[in-house]
Amino acid sequence: MIKVALIGAGKMGISHLSILGAHPDVEMVGVCDTSKIVNDFLSRYGKFNCFTEYKKMINETKPDAVIVAVPTKFHYAIIKDLLNNGLHVFAEKPFCLTPAQGEELILLAANKKVINQVGYHNKFVGTFGEVKRVVKSGSLGDIHHFMAESYGPVVIKAKQETWRSDPSEGGGCLLDYASHVIDLVNDILAPVTEVKGSILDYIYSKNVEDAVYSLLTLSNKVSGVLSVNWSDETYRKMSTTITVIGTKGKIISDANELKVYFKEENAFENYARGWNVKYVTDLTAGVDFYLRGEEYSAQLDYFVRSVSGEVPNSINTFQSAWYTDRAIEMIRKSAK
Amino acid sequence: MERILFGDNQFFAVNHISDEKSRAQSIKFKDDSAIIKTLDEARFFGINTFMCTTHDRIANICEIIRNDQVKYAGFKIYPCMPYAHKYANAITELGISGTIKQYVPGNIFGSLFKGGIAFLSKDFISIMELLIDAEMKMFKGINTPVIFLQNVITDLFLGLGADEILIRFHQYVKEKYNAEAGFITMNMPRLLDTLEKGGIDNPIICSSINKVGFRMSGGKKLYEKTLKTRKLRAIAMQVLGGGAIPPKEAIEYVCNLPNIESILFGASSKANIQNTTEDIHYFDVINK
Repeated sequence: MIKVALIGAGKMGISHLSILGAHPDVEMVGVCDTSKIVNDFLSRYGKFNCFTEYKKMINETKPDAVIVAVPTKFHYAIIKDLLNNGLHVFAEKPFCLTPAQGEELILLAANKKVINQVGYHNKFVGTFGEVKRVVKSGSLGDIHHFMAESYGPVVIKAKQETWRSDPSEGGGCLLDYASHVIDLVNDILAPVTEVKGSILDYIYSKNVEDAVYSLLTLSNKVSGVLSVNWSDETYRKMSTTITVIGTKGKIISDANELKVYFKEENAFENYARGWNVKYVTDLTAGVDFYLRGEEYSAQLDYFVRSVSGEVPNSINTFQSAWYTDRAIEMIRKSAK
Repeated sequence: MERILFGDNQFFAVNHISDEKSRAQSIKFKDDSAIIKTLDEARFFGINTFMCTTHDRIANICEIIRNDQVKYAGFKIYPCMPYAHKYANAITELGISGTIKQYVPGNIFGSLFKGGIAFLSKDFISIMELLIDAEMKMFKGINTPVIFLQNVITDLFLGLGADEILIRFHQYVKEKYNAEAGFITMNMPRLLDTLEKGGIDNPIICSSINKVGFRMSGGKKLYEKTLKTRKLRAIAMQVLGGGAIPPKEAIEYVCNLPNIESILFGASSKANIQNTTEDIHYFDVINK
């Protein structure tokens, strides 16, 4: 049994708690949140041992690993403290507010030899995994261009401000929403190393951008367009699409459906010439407990298995999430 | 419950395999009249139960049904609550307590919070009851013999070990609405264990059941064994496995399983409703 504690029982934290609560190899030893109503509920109905001070929780419950799901502005200090205590850490995304903070935590995690993972759950979505496999096989020829898009209905009218509407706390479309698709680009193609120009658009929010449009260049010199808008109510929920264009073919994929076009026969495995369509249902392995999508269960299971030494801790490491933090900072600078 | 239940995903652009199809559906069912037309087509093929989420637009559909009691005599609705995206988006925007403040009627919450009055355990139960009442308002005057808890909520509480909330849902819909509780889940065997432990005998459980094992958490074998050996009133949904199985083969598999009381499916076209209905009847006759 792995002893796990949770810091931050908001939307993502409670989701993680439910999934881990059902995990056969996990014992949830403690939950820490500042909200009395959340703590009351979780201790009364979930029988969890709840705390309002995370240091107290760590001292008393002695976990092996900790899930950090507090607003991003608290990540650096809390994660640093956890790493110094030799604890394995799964942090929500985005990783840190600045690349400098992230760099320090990467080194510390390496020194302490602890498992480190960030919650970019799209890496565990079958279609995006297949996009990466096809791209890495080289069968698309020379990659010339990509489009990274994400749209959804988070802020569809002017309204009450929360931490999500405060850029210094990790809010805004760029940090909270665009980070997902930037992270996919970093992983599937190559890390973003240059930003030619960006527009941050304020549609309904006063203090944070609701849309991000950007021209990116990757370390392998491939260029692409980023287009993200969280104020688009024509989408029922977040929809992320990656398009990759090469000399021998093209891929368009979202989280449900993968479409691959090859100019030639026998380009890759059993893919045919012309359009090939595959669905996430064919590409996703089942999970033991399902809450909101296989990927949420799969990423936590991967973390648990990394801690117990069954898998290598190579997906969604602090290092990979740091590339996304760096890209976010470059985009923000280029928009000024 | 009737053998065939008609679902509503197609009306609200819920498509598990294609964002493009989902947009096409959203265009097709833009007007309520298109939803009613499809419901009438389903009724033509003998389907008299509509299982639907408590989406805002369902209120309009209920209004149409209420206003034509002759035409819709014998028509039943199985409400599935809550429409989770409404609350999920609200939590993103307002936080957990802000969401409760917004959706719990009568602002009971604001008054309870004032002056740091401690939240007593029974208050969570009363909040749930108030939310159920709020969601049920649109169905006034309509026959709703089974009321479902949506899978994201069922499974959230299941994972948290908040069994008491699930049990109370079961009791409350019986007391207040004289209805049976149904539970939608992606974790059927585990849920059945929990409900049985809580004293609910022979519960109505709606879950993914299909030939490819799609969204059958814990595996297809465990589901088949549970259906064979345990006591539950199972509803099979996602029988096409998200589109991965040819329809006839998909229906044959589900019809051959023991203990499946009803099959839930949704379709946008008359031809698809007809084909699926006929397939179910065909395999049911063979299995008799």
